[in-house]
Amino acid sequence: MSAPAQTRAEQQTDPGARQAQEDGAADPVLFLHRSSDSAMDTLKRGIRLSPEFARGLWLTLAFAVVATAGKVIVPVAVQQIIDNGLSGADGPDMGFVTRMVTVCAALLVVTMVCSYLMNVRLYRAAESGLATLRRKAFRHVHDLSVLTQNSERKGALVSRVTSDVDQISTFMQWGGMLLLVSSGQLLVATTLMAVYSWQLTLVVWICFLPLLFGVRWLQKLLSKAYLKVRENTGDMLGVIGETVTGAAVIRAHGIERRTAERIDATVLTTRRSQIRAQRLSVAVSPFAEMIAAVGNTAVVLVGVWLGLGGDLTAGQLIAFLFLMTLFIQPMMMATEIFNEAQNAIAGWRRVLGVLDTVPDIADPGEAGRELPRGPVQVSFEEVTYSYPEGPVVLDDVSVEITPGTRMAVVGETGSGKTTFVKLLTRLMDPAEGTVRLDGVDLREVTFSSLRSRVVMVPQEGFLFDSSLGDNIRFARPESTDAELETALTELGLADWLDGLAHGLDTPVGQRGESMSAGERQLVALVRAYIADPDLLVLDEATSAVDPHTEVRIQRALERLTQGRTSVTIAHRLSTAESADRVLVFDAGRIVQSGPHTELVAQPGVYADLYASWVSSSA
Amino acid sequence: MAQGTSTRDPETEGGSAPPGAEEGGGDAVPRKQSGTAAHTGVFSRGMRVLGTAARTEPWIFLVAVIGAMIHAAVNVGSASVLGYLTDNTILPAFQEGTTTAAALTTAAALLLAVGLGKATGIAMRRMLAALMQFRMQARYRRAVARKYLGLPLSWHHRHPTGQLLSNANADVEAAWQPLAPLPMAVGSVFMLVIAAIAMITTDPVLALVAFVVFPVLAVANVIFQRRVSPMASRAQALRAEVSGVAHESFDGALVVKTLGREDTETERFTHAAHRLRDALVQVGRMRSMFDPVMESLPNFGVLAVLLLGMWRMSTGAIDPGDLVQIAYLFTLLALPIRSFGWILGDLPRSVVGWDRVQSVLRSGGAMEYGTRTLEDTPTGVALRAHGVTFSYADSYEGAGAEHDLMDDGPTTARATVLNGVDLDIAPGRTVALVGPTGAGKSTLTTVLMRLVDADSGTVTLDGVDVRDLERDQIPRHTALVPQGTFVFEDSVRDNIALGADTDDEQVWAALRLARADGFVSELDGGLDARLGEKGTTLSGGQRQRLALARAVVRRPRLLIMDDATSAVDPQIEARILAGLRERDDAATVVVVAYRRATIELADEVVYMERGRILARGTHEELLTTSPGYTRLVTAYERASAETGEDAPLPEEPGPLETARRSDDAPEETSR
Repeated sequence: MSAPAQTRAEQQTDPGARQAQEDGAADPVLFLHRSSDSAMDTLKRGIRLSPEFARGLWLTLAFAVVATAGKVIVPVAVQQIIDNGLSGADGPDMGFVTRMVTVCAALLVVTMVCSYLMNVRLYRAAESGLATLRRKAFRHVHDLSVLTQNSERKGALVSRVTSDVDQISTFMQWGGMLLLVSSGQLLVATTLMAVYSWQLTLVVWICFLPLLFGVRWLQKLLSKAYLKVRENTGDMLGVIGETVTGAAVIRAHGIERRTAERIDATVLTTRRSQIRAQRLSVAVSPFAEMIAAVGNTAVVLVGVWLGLGGDLTAGQLIAFLFLMTLFIQPMMMATEIFNEAQNAIAGWRRVLGVLDTVPDIADPGEAGRELPRGPVQVSFEEVTYSYPEGPVVLDDVSVEITPGTRMAVVGETGSGKTTFVKLLTRLMDPAEGTVRLDGVDLREVTFSSLRSRVVMVPQEGFLFDSSLGDNIRFARPESTDAELETALTELGLADWLDGLAHGLDTPVGQRGESMSAGERQLVALVRAYIADPDLLVLDEATSAVDPHTEVRIQRALERLTQGRTSVTIAHRLSTAESADRVLVFDAGRIVQSGPHTELVAQPGVYADLYASWVSSSA
Repeated sequence: MAQGTSTRDPETEGGSAPPGAEEGGGDAVPRKQSGTAAHTGVFSRGMRVLGTAARTEPWIFLVAVIGAMIHAAVNVGSASVLGYLTDNTILPAFQEGTTTAAALTTAAALLLAVGLGKATGIAMRRMLAALMQFRMQARYRRAVARKYLGLPLSWHHRHPTGQLLSNANADVEAAWQPLAPLPMAVGSVFMLVIAAIAMITTDPVLALVAFVVFPVLAVANVIFQRRVSPMASRAQALRAEVSGVAHESFDGALVVKTLGREDTETERFTHAAHRLRDALVQVGRMRSMFDPVMESLPNFGVLAVLLLGMWRMSTGAIDPGDLVQIAYLFTLLALPIRSFGWILGDLPRSVVGWDRVQSVLRSGGAMEYGTRTLEDTPTGVALRAHGVTFSYADSYEGAGAEHDLMDDGPTTARATVLNGVDLDIAPGRTVALVGPTGAGKSTLTTVLMRLVDADSGTVTLDGVDVRDLERDQIPRHTALVPQGTFVFEDSVRDNIALGADTDDEQVWAALRLARADGFVSELDGGLDARLGEKGTTLSGGQRQRLALARAVVRRPRLLIMDDATSAVDPQIEARILAGLRERDDAATVVVVAYRRATIELADEVVYMERGRILARGTHEELLTTSPGYTRLVTAYERASAETGEDAPLPEEPGPLETARRSDDAPEETSR
């Protein structure tokens, strides 16, 4: 991913980028069920996952029936008054009209109330259901293995719990509501029409059927056109973004004019596709108006003819004309409603796709075992690992790490040392063989026990946008400030804490930006210390830090590893030198193991590595 | 409203106000909405914004409004047609049991004419309203982006990336959002006027009902918009919050997992999600109340008209047709009145968006250029800086977070980044710039390249003050490889050539020099392979080598590399640097370096600390004369034992690699 893309992914300010991410996320792991589900299946499964959608639905539907029935009050009143009020004994029958109007007004009030109740209940059910969907999807993402969560998918995974759900929400608040009301409206209007005259109802439907098909056809074209708009918009925002994220490069190479031309081109392409889509979207309006005109004409002509035969009254004919407006409105909005519905279903399907992704590393839960406390013994028994459809990265590895050992793991990139560590912390499971802690197969250990006894400090300490104290406390939320201070003191970091203006309350900024890389590592170490594990797994940071911090990190590491079993991926000579033992990886196998002094004396991979370290730092 | 679907205009004839009208999801930046107190201000300012649009695209606007008026007039006319048909076709036929061909033909002709008129009007109105909106958006997007190109780098540094991107996108979009319903609203005013005239001429007494109902409708509309608008912005802000939590939590997924904190994280997210839910339900409740009221008011009006109309009819004042006409008008007028609400709903965001766009467009401070040129000699540039000071005027981050121009990590000293730098580099020399984080190394490189101007002091190239040079002179003779590599979404060839007239052979030569020819030739498509978001993803080291090739393809006489090979394997880096020095027309090279191996390749080392040059000499000399340098280099030494990490494709994908990858792109953190 290029720099502007990443920066854009950081910001949720930008739906275009979000869209672009979605397009890029046609990912086999996340979309196993993409093609097999129909819209109806998606809906059913979605409702099953969020029971809030269906809670009290019958009552809501009852309100909906009354509310939509209210739509025909006026046409009925018009019909009744024209047919029965107009031709009283001598002129208009005022008594009848007054009764009629009073009853209708009362009914209108009732339908208003029902309409309100229906709306509120639908909004609440929809949003509650979506909140549940969000929560479940979010939790599920965290339950997925690191392999599934990999960084390329991060943006897409965020979209699953944000924009995808927002899309459903938008649909439910507007299109979905209208769809419900419009369908009801068509149904009620048709029913009333049929009561007046089935022949005329047939005429109306014959007029509107082509519109219905036309709308469906237009909607398909429209959704393609909108896709194009989104793509072009994404490209355009990418190029515009380059003027900001690439400001230095553009100036350094003096390519302002070229960049301006690129911007013009994408802006125009976007505008053109927007206008094209708009043309399709607009097309439905005159189409519907003409159909309505034809419909009205047919109603008047056929209605008069029926009236002459005594099958229809004047009031009924005029009521038909009023009812026609109930037909046109839904048709006019149909393309947009269907389009939104399609987006919402697609979004929903994507969210369900995440929930359908089975975590390949699962908590044994109730059936699992607890690990006893105390320094851990590690054993790898003939462990083999390869990434899905990838080459073997760890090949038949067997090793024992005795309790309390400080083990350094060395090897070149791709030698398998990172994989070794991931298997050790059960971020992944071996393809073959067994990893045991204190003799217990890791796959049988409950997550709660595993995570409290085995703690890993990743290369880059990730910090959350809150205070320093909160970030340390992340490892153990119940710890007090005093405990944190003690921990910092015990790790020899009291002077660092004292140097911070606000102590534990110091804000660390987004992703810890206000702290240096070295300070972020310190936080990660304190975090691990607070978690108080029995097996500590460290992935040594490679980024350069200033000498002061470097000394602090070394000191903290020294104390952190005391009395625990520790396994460190060593990138530095000094780390390997000071470890009790060194494991040397090469091409997926452990080729050497033993204390530094021993290994360095024998010819082999370690001696070569050592020689290259010495030469590069001499 | 999502970016891509913004083509849906809110005036699609419909019952409920579309979501865009109140919430337009275009920007997730929480923004303060003006309260009701400022509402009138917003209204008049919003009208001025819309006025600007009307003046910019007068013809399109005019035709759109004419379309809207046609539609409005025909709509009012359709009610009269219905009244006429009631009196002249329908009732006579039913009362007399017979009808004439003429009456039926008239009816058909009138109804079809009404349909044709409406169809024409609505097509004109909707198409041109959207055309105007899109044209204005495109116009301002271009203007903003071009402004970004013209403004100096120092201006860019004062503004966060996210803000600038949203100015060019969401703000432009928001500014012109009300253009979509604008012609309809103008048409609606017209419609109300002619409907009023039609009613008064038909029957003043019945018209009275309208004069009660429609003002109430309009007032209800305004009240609703005022109340729902702050709620909707709150929901929008919460949406951003939910997204922020998700982003952060997934970015820290490894930490969450390894510390077993999934439950607390889920709780944190659920809390945010529930607040969003509550806000949305609140908006929903408001709308639930409003929609039935808005729909029922005209219906009550119709009932009142029926009651009053029957009485008027009994006195012989009106015909049944008049009654039907007025009743029908009531059902037609409800929707147009709502278009005011849509505009009102969009206006606050429009005004805010417009103000932000304007503040970009009004930004000044473009660099001024001289007229002098440099000679095209085949030797390196003689580079000289004298008494250069530089400080960042104000950081957008506010207090506490000063960044060196491109270094990441906070610096300790506030204010001044460069404090009297004197530097003199002879043509063809290779100089390593060394110093702790925040020493001002990166800033110095940008001052040397005149990406920013020094506050005081001078920089000269071949003896010419950089400020006296023509605009294209510096890029023509020099090249900077910045710390954060930048890849355009384009082909490899275009990423190297950047529009210059360069043939493939030259491109390949540059790639060879940057040791990038190997992986490029393996890319699918070679030089034509697309890079960036939609194309091939390159590793950090590969990107850096590409950036280097981009710099050397221009055969610069001065090459400045700002820690430009940090992700490149040390051995490869050594070969690259050696290759640069072997060239016949040896360029002057300034390299900001962290690795001892890199430093040792330089002819000379310049040691900086806190914005000053403290020592200068060969590496060996400095080891004896400068304790600060010695300390730093020893610290690097320990770090430099790291293994090469320039694997073209990481063998072990996953979060363990993320940290490294994000290191490759300090662009995000440093800005």
